[in-house]
Amino acid sequence: GFPIVARTDFSRTTFLLEVEHPQMARAARPGQFVIVMLDDHGERIPLTIADFDREKGTITLVIQAVGKSSREMQSRCQVGGALFGLVGPMGIPSEVSDAKKVICVGGGLGVAPIFPQARAFKEAGAHVIGVVGFRSANLVFWEEKFRSVCDEFIICTDDGSAGIKGLVTQGIEQAIAEHGDIDEVVAIGPPIMMRACAEATRPHKIKTMVSLNPIMVDGTGMCGGCRVRVGGKVKFACVDGPDFDGHEVDFDDLMARLQRYRPQEAEAMEQWLENCRRLQVEEVR
Amino acid sequence: MARKTIRSIPQERAFMPVLDAQERATNFEEVSLGFDEANALVECERCLICPEPACIPGCPVEIDIPGFISKMLKKDYHGAWDTLTDSTFLPAVCGRVCPQEDQCEGVCAVAVSGGLEPVAIGRLERWLGDMAIEKGWKNESHIEPNEYRIGIVGSGPASMACAADLAKAGCKVTVFEALHAPGGVLRYGIPEFRLPNSVVDAEIGNLEKLGVEIRCNTLVGRLFTVEQMLDEMGYDAVFIGTGAGYPSFMDIPGENFNGVLSANELLTRCNLMQAGKFPNFDTPLEIGRKVAVIGAGNTAMDAMRVSKRLGAEEVTCVYRRTEAECPARLEELHHAMEEGINFQWLTAPVEILGDSNKNVRAIRCQRMELGEPDDSGRRRPVPIPGSEFEFEADTVVYAIGTAPNPILGQTSDIKLNKWGYIDTDETLATSLAGVYAGGDIVTGAATVILAMGAGRRAAASIRDYLGIRD
Ligand SMILES: Cc1cc2nc3c(=O)[nH]c(=O)nc-3n(C[C@H](O)[C@H](O)[C@H](O)COP(=O)(O)OP(=O)(O)OC[C@H]3O[C@@H](n4cnc5c(N)ncnc54)[C@H](O)[C@@H]3O)c2cc1C
Ligand SMILES: Cc1cc2nc3c(=O)[nH]c(=O)nc-3n(C[C@H](O)[C@H](O)[C@H](O)COP(=O)(O)OP(=O)(O)OC[C@H]3O[C@@H](n4cnc5c(N)ncnc54)[C@H](O)[C@@H]3O)c2cc1C
Ligand code: SF4
Ligand code: SF4
Ligand code: FES
Ligand SMILES: [Mg+2]
Repeated sequence: GFPIVARTDFSRTTFLLEVEHPQMARAARPGQFVIVMLDDHGERIPLTIADFDREKGTITLVIQAVGKSSREMQSRCQVGGALFGLVGPMGIPSEVSDAKKVICVGGGLGVAPIFPQARAFKEAGAHVIGVVGFRSANLVFWEEKFRSVCDEFIICTDDGSAGIKGLVTQGIEQAIAEHGDIDEVVAIGPPIMMRACAEATRPHKIKTMVSLNPIMVDGTGMCGGCRVRVGGKVKFACVDGPDFDGHEVDFDDLMARLQRYRPQEAEAMEQWLENCRRLQVEEVR
Repeated sequence: MARKTIRSIPQERAFMPVLDAQERATNFEEVSLGFDEANALVECERCLICPEPACIPGCPVEIDIPGFISKMLKKDYHGAWDTLTDSTFLPAVCGRVCPQEDQCEGVCAVAVSGGLEPVAIGRLERWLGDMAIEKGWKNESHIEPNEYRIGIVGSGPASMACAADLAKAGCKVTVFEALHAPGGVLRYGIPEFRLPNSVVDAEIGNLEKLGVEIRCNTLVGRLFTVEQMLDEMGYDAVFIGTGAGYPSFMDIPGENFNGVLSANELLTRCNLMQAGKFPNFDTPLEIGRKVAVIGAGNTAMDAMRVSKRLGAEEVTCVYRRTEAECPARLEELHHAMEEGINFQWLTAPVEILGDSNKNVRAIRCQRMELGEPDDSGRRRPVPIPGSEFEFEADTVVYAIGTAPNPILGQTSDIKLNKWGYIDTDETLATSLAGVYAGGDIVTGAATVILAMGAGRRAAASIRDYLGIRD
């Protein structure tokens, strides 16, 4: 297995795992992802490499517990334990262009994965504006980490409990209004957010890169399950992406395809919760 | 002993039991049960032990077929298996999955000049292979280690065969596999009812007994490059056997509706990820009531028969040529027919239709007729105007072929041909010194035995390159 060496819980649903894999820490580039299996009955789930530490030989994953596999990881992955499967880095690394001024946008499960890109742009000498979105102040994480690589940093919360009240698109609009010379926007988050970001930048003709998260199995180009439509053409996100030009992506197609296994996912969740309840009852006895 | 003649041999093939078609179509048990000893010996009697056997050149790895059959007749089964394994590393696999009717059995004298069913060479080979697994036979008494380290990319039949030969030659061999389990298509593609995982596990176990180290969860090209293997990681030579797993679609309207998937996705979910046991295994797979599979090769047959076993009521094969051109193994085609698959020959899809939730609801096809022969000599199917029709389907599976996996091309300077396959010379050397390639990634999708043969040829070339002598 692959040893888990650190864990942090950011909120009731979001947690960080640091996993030992020196070879991967050396190879990883911003924008790449891994595929994880919790155990030999598990499914293969893709997760973005949110950070890597070449000296320590670790990679960092930030996971939102949304369904059976991610919730089971939340309850079972502890320091000292190990992951059954971990393969990567996968996908084509993000192109860190020579843009002078960029906005890096992260929302929901995209907040962590945008970090290595913001850092890479900073290291390449760009003026980096970070825009991150959370539901409310108590869910905010990595603020200091972001501030250390961003020249400007805008937090947006749905309820206004931290930063500006509103969606990340408001943060983008604010930044565009203040700077007439944004070269590029990079956005990672739920498809609906990435689409909104692409629509916000389209009238300004600002290049906008998004990182797509379709359902994957192997992540090696073998199953075609991750296919997305970009510019009218079919692409496999795991080997042709995951980054694509947001103005070209067919987000409706992506969102519909992400629904593919909803009934089974609900069933898996149901059964897992039921098993958890049963175990608790037994423990009490 | 008088020479055998066509008239003196058993006229009928020896009996090999198969599971009942109705019953087996609901489970994943192996369909063909194999010979027992008595029947295997009867089948051996049918071989004429030809002085100039046509069957040997008919086999891509030139197994000495009359040689192993003669030993079987003397009940020297271990000796027979040794003869087999002089040429093949995977007898229990190839005996099951080779398209024998196009290879060894297709040219067997018993059929060609005698007009009878050919000697069941594949079944005999399987019987010996299974016996070897059961008894734990091995034929490498002593390996003299040398100082060479070989890195192998992928763990399909090409890689397995190459690894075995180089390990026997004394090299320290490491196999890198991207998935979490080794075996390539033998693991994720060909289903349990045709090739049980226990057989694949046994063959992999034999590799490990030869001292080969297998490292799964390793995506070469991304975790490290082929160039790094030679320059930094200390491998003296590299073999690439990454297969041609990139599934093709047709670019007709409706291909992205939910319910449209590649055969590779269906088979991977089912075979590698055990989706049939959902929710006890976490990977889901939804097979509708009515499944349409496009294509008629082995992959299509497997996809159809798996769909049936996962509960589909109606499974239809859509193929633009006729049964005569169907590229699947004959046995699989027959088994699929027995299991109640519908075949729509001379039919091609033109559009996939969806409902308001973007789920598939039907497929629109057109009828074809055979026109002039094309470059391959096969008559080209041409659409019949006005013949379009629709039928209901909630799952549409593409099994129309694959393209080369792009990752190594993206990450290394290795020379590819214009279709994206790795370019090699006749020794299977690539454009990078010390790097060899073989199997589907060189030839395009082919067969297990051809991949295995290529792996062995590359192993011989690598030995020459490193100057390793017997
Ligand atoms: C390239 C990529 C990077 C990702 N990075 C992260 C990350 O850094 N952090 C994070 O929390 N999540 C990330 N995800 C999403 C994550 O993979 C899914 O949330 C996870 O697979 C859900 O599994 P589940 O069993 O917990 O939930 P389920 O209830 O099974 O699924 C919830 C939803 O997640 C999606 N999903 C389900 N299975 C898969 C799958 N095999 N592949 C992709 N999506 C799936 C579906 O839309 C589904 O409706 C990423 C996805 C991709 C493709
Ligand atoms: C469903 C199906 C049924 C078939 N039925 C038959 C049959 O009945 N008879 C027959 O003779 N042939 C059959 N074939 C064809 C046969 O299986 C293939 O020709 C054969 O497996 C090719 O072997 P290979 O070693 O070249 O590659 P594969 O078996 O494709 O193995 C390649 C391996 O390399 C791994 N890999 C790829 N890229 C990387 C990378 N970058 N790093 C690490 N690992 C990597 C893959 O994950 C895979 O495990 C069938 C094929 C399929 C798909
Ligand atoms: S390996 Fe295949 S072709 Fe060769 S003898 Fe065996 S079954 Fe026939
Ligand atoms: S051609 Fe047929 S009969 Fe002749 S040796 Fe080969 S298997 Fe036997
Ligand atoms: S996940 Fe299978 S091809 Fe991309
Ligand atoms: Mg899930």
